[in-house]
Amino acid sequence: MAHEILAATNAVVTLDVALPGIVWPWLVTVNMWAKSIGTGIVFMLFMLLRMYPEQAGKLRFPATVAAFISINIFLLFTLADLHQPFRMWHIFVYSHWTSAIAIGSVMASAFLGLLTLLGYLAFKNDNEKFDKVLLWTAILAIPVTLYTASLMAQCTARELWQMPAESAQMIFAALLAGSAFMILLGGNKLNNEAKNTLGVVLGLSALMAFIIYMSEYIFGPMKAEEIAATIGYIKNNGPYAVMFWVGQWMTYILPMLLIVLSRVGKSEAILKLAAILALVGLAIVKHVWLMIPQLLPMS
Amino acid sequence: MQLGFLVDLHLCMGCKGCEIACKVENEVPLSTWRLRVKYVDVGTFPETRRTFTPLRCNHCENAPCVRICPVSALHYLENGIVNIDKERCIGCAGCVMACPYGAIYIDPQTQTADKCTYCAHRVASSMMPACVVACPVQANIFGDLEDPTSNISKYIQKSQGGVQVRKPEKGTNPHHFYVGGGNVTLNPLASERVDGHSLFNKITTLPVGGHH
Repeated sequence: MAHEILAATNAVVTLDVALPGIVWPWLVTVNMWAKSIGTGIVFMLFMLLRMYPEQAGKLRFPATVAAFISINIFLLFTLADLHQPFRMWHIFVYSHWTSAIAIGSVMASAFLGLLTLLGYLAFKNDNEKFDKVLLWTAILAIPVTLYTASLMAQCTARELWQMPAESAQMIFAALLAGSAFMILLGGNKLNNEAKNTLGVVLGLSALMAFIIYMSEYIFGPMKAEEIAATIGYIKNNGPYAVMFWVGQWMTYILPMLLIVLSRVGKSEAILKLAAILALVGLAIVKHVWLMIPQLLPMS
Repeated sequence: MQLGFLVDLHLCMGCKGCEIACKVENEVPLSTWRLRVKYVDVGTFPETRRTFTPLRCNHCENAPCVRICPVSALHYLENGIVNIDKERCIGCAGCVMACPYGAIYIDPQTQTADKCTYCAHRVASSMMPACVVACPVQANIFGDLEDPTSNISKYIQKSQGGVQVRKPEKGTNPHHFYVGGGNVTLNPLASERVDGHSLFNKITTLPVGGHH
């Protein structure tokens, strides 16, 4: 569409200032990636404790520690991305509640507090209290993982980031990362049935996320010229075309195929390979989707 | 009082006087601009023409930057100006991302967001914004949109049907209008932006805030 407009107008910018480069850099990619892992682990621990309480019971402490570390990485990179990191406290003192950043910061801080409490309870082997607190932690993990989608939706004119699609992508990313991480963390503690369940979650979340990406890739350009121009960066010879497809294959297509193979061949090694590919690929997918709307000239 | 801006593109001759006046008045650092004039060439030689479009903050009634700012550093003044408190800004760059007009930048000296404030400090002293004073052809018209006798209101009434805003579909309700604009001047995607090439330099992008 953008190319048709150019042909129609036959216009070229001949003098302008240099436009800002990437505003939200790779630090934000790490932020989103670590948050997906942290919240995803909580979702999966909650599910496993209800479906396989005896085996998953052994994962209470290591999973909580892993989620705690992931959320701290997420918060650290959020802080590092600020141009005035020492003013971070302004968010809590001068909170502006229409901003997804302010709401997300408060929720993420509360989430970290609950994870700390979970870690303490797991260390003390107080399983009854742990499971009660885990319920509220899992509930809070939903808005914590979703708020970045709200933030992206508040970026007017970055039309690629549509709110319903981004919300779904954030949830699927958390389920995918959480299940992949728990497959690797489970080791000998989980039996084949539990690992197969995690494989199903990983495969289905990969399928759903892939369908959404492909829908946006194919149909997005038909909806708005900004989306058409943005998708242009990952089509044909676009600068992010290779990275986009590497990400799609690593995160979604290959893990889906490998999960089917692991079930047919009853191979845990193949399931672990699918989990590793999904975890690494997710960072690539997130990075591409974060970068390409920022390449679009706004003025 | 709701202050607004109107630029008559029929009159603008691309002298960049407003750009320079803004830089000097607001001590805007190198590599950043609150106001700039974009040149777009249209057509194929010899049937060509050059358009000039001054671009600045639109001071939207429904400003995405105000909505996304987590600390209310971006806020409305009573006269409708979208102002910024640089002491409160945390430099998250949410506003830079949210602004559909690319009007906000990270000041490389203070590492905080900054933008055109319609020269709020001058307005508070009953003076016109620096760019209005500098314009040799009075292409910049500034005033109260709620006062039917103000120059800007009269201009809008006189130019009915020819008054446009940038990206009206975004629902931001800009307080910044253009007369004589068109797709090429107001829509950034309607003109080709050749990488690494403009009349006087080969730089097309600069790092935000000087780092990252």
